[in-house]
Amino acid sequence: MATLPEGKTQKVAEKFGDRLTWDVKRPNRIYVTVDPDLALDVCRYIFRDLYGRFAIITGIHTPEGFELLYHFEFPEEKRIITVKTLIRDRENPRIQSLTPDIPGAGFIEREIRELLGIEFVGHPEPEHLLLVDDWPEGKYPLRRDYHG
Amino acid sequence: MGVKTQALKKSIWVYHLNTGACNNCDIEVLDCLTPRYDIERFGMVLVGSIRHADAILVTGPVTRRSAPRLKALWEQAPKPCFVIAVGSCACSRGAFKTGYNIVGPVDAIVPVHAYIPGCPPKPEAIIDGVVKLLSTLK
Amino acid sequence: MARVTVPIGPYHPILEEPEYFQLEVEGETVTGIKFQLGGNHRGIEKIAEELTFDQVPFIVERICGICSTSHPIAAVQAMEDLGGIEVPERALYIRTIIAELERIHSHLLWVGLAGHFIGYNTVFMWAWKYREPILELCEYISGNRNNYAMMKVGGVRRDIPEEKYPRIIKTMDELVPKLELLKGAFLDDPVLHARLKGIGIMTPEDVHDFGALGPHARGSGVAIDVRKDDPYAAYDRIEWQVCTWPTCDVFARAVVRVLECIEAAKIIRQCVEKMPRGEIDAHVESLPPGEGIGHAEAPRGETFHYIRSDGTNRPVRHKMRAPTFQNYQTFKKIVIGEEIGDAMLATASADPCYSCTERIAAVDAKTGEVKYSWRDILRKAREKTRKLMDEFGRHEPWMP
Repeated sequence: MATLPEGKTQKVAEKFGDRLTWDVKRPNRIYVTVDPDLALDVCRYIFRDLYGRFAIITGIHTPEGFELLYHFEFPEEKRIITVKTLIRDRENPRIQSLTPDIPGAGFIEREIRELLGIEFVGHPEPEHLLLVDDWPEGKYPLRRDYHG
Repeated sequence: MGVKTQALKKSIWVYHLNTGACNNCDIEVLDCLTPRYDIERFGMVLVGSIRHADAILVTGPVTRRSAPRLKALWEQAPKPCFVIAVGSCACSRGAFKTGYNIVGPVDAIVPVHAYIPGCPPKPEAIIDGVVKLLSTLK
Repeated sequence: MARVTVPIGPYHPILEEPEYFQLEVEGETVTGIKFQLGGNHRGIEKIAEELTFDQVPFIVERICGICSTSHPIAAVQAMEDLGGIEVPERALYIRTIIAELERIHSHLLWVGLAGHFIGYNTVFMWAWKYREPILELCEYISGNRNNYAMMKVGGVRRDIPEEKYPRIIKTMDELVPKLELLKGAFLDDPVLHARLKGIGIMTPEDVHDFGALGPHARGSGVAIDVRKDDPYAAYDRIEWQVCTWPTCDVFARAVVRVLECIEAAKIIRQCVEKMPRGEIDAHVESLPPGEGIGHAEAPRGETFHYIRSDGTNRPVRHKMRAPTFQNYQTFKKIVIGEEIGDAMLATASADPCYSCTERIAAVDAKTGEVKYSWRDILRKAREKTRKLMDEFGRHEPWMP
């Protein structure tokens, strides 16, 4: 594993220790994998304590389950740090909502919920954002097994 | 030639509708209003209400949410009213043919009287298309 | 005071954009907002999974017509990040020129629409008149006024031959005095100051909370700009500045956009003058398995693309985030407490990717009766301008 760059990345490492698995692809592209029950703490620390900018959340349906990537930026360090987590429950994927802490996450969590079927527990407005209200239940367009 | 179509040939009032377009076609439609192209000298005017429209310029591949509105507007439009599909998306869904939220193209929802392809079509092409349509009116 | 619901959208008389907002109004003051997007949702992320990597730039270009080239730039940068690909220097300069041309024509479009909303129609016609030479220049360079199809992974698809340089410089030379005039109009016109200042306030804390981007955020004095925060293309090889304005209101966002046009002309000139000779394409044959992130500063803010590859020629996953997606969420803050006409201006100040078009109608919650139609609200917005013009003894700004 490459050495972690100085600055805020090291602070994250110090705070959460060996519960994190680092992947330094480039000095300006850092990925850190963590369990779902810790993911939000890491995100909150990056957003509040380190003043990292929230960029977006990517949701991916993989053979192992549902991967969520929380993308943050440290502009003064010219760095993007992505917190990755894997939800192994394929039947009822769920995770705590980040929106109460980061209002800017509100839309993307709604989008991931309707396109991938992941429940964000505690989201203040979990309604459809992009799909029509009468979109068939249980049909999630971004899942691998969705066809037309 | 009927009185209505005679009047139409002099001055055409156009209603613009976006059914999920990326905006390029819409901007080129608006560009027709600007001094360079100035469709107002042809008597073409963009109107705010479907009830005043002689023609509807439709852009976009028709998303699920826009489809009922497109249909409703066509039904509300006083006839004769001509539907002009502006842009490749309106004509054929363009690059979005396989999109899960697309129910178009426009002629899958309402009758279309003229197709102006392009991505986006230039203002000259839009004006040309409308004029061609008008010249076919008997 | 009866609480009424004000639906905004989806159809505006002049520009049609199928977005829908619902405003809650008490009297004439906005107290809440609800979104219903999706009229524009075409499922591009899913379509991208069926395309090959070299087809992807063409579809992402059509995410939004006005931020058109910023999406392909971000997408190919994500692929280049994934594959550790180095782009030839000449291609970086060409990317910069295209990106800045787009910035100018996008901001001028916004200026025109803003003028139209507040009732300065000469500004509308003027801005769109001076936008035409930029579109023609884009056609001269790339073959199209919009949708330039210039970007590919590893470089650009088309060169800008040296014989085209004089026309680029000439267009910039003719444009800059007009932009200076516009800047003067904004900074000196007391009506614009009175009309636009103090509306749609968004603090730097709000910018952080909502992840606001672009001129929308820079109008709150927050100097975020991908071109400085994570330089790409040729932005770290030329002299230019991030434009901010501290007043946190609609006025600030308007001024930032005008200043950025002037800065863009500066950038384009330098790129032409410093353009290195050489290759424009790294000739990428394939991408390895992995993941990459690319982002670019579109006229509206940061476009963010994440791509995952499994070594085949199609993306496993391509996440695309347009800046307006984040900026929309700031509406909760910037419209609440404003009068209806000002609320509309506040939303327009974010330059939402739907070209600032909303149809607002105020409906009585009990009877469902329309109290104020879109035309009424537009009229209110313009009435306020008229009053201020009378107060200050001004006519519309004269534009040649």
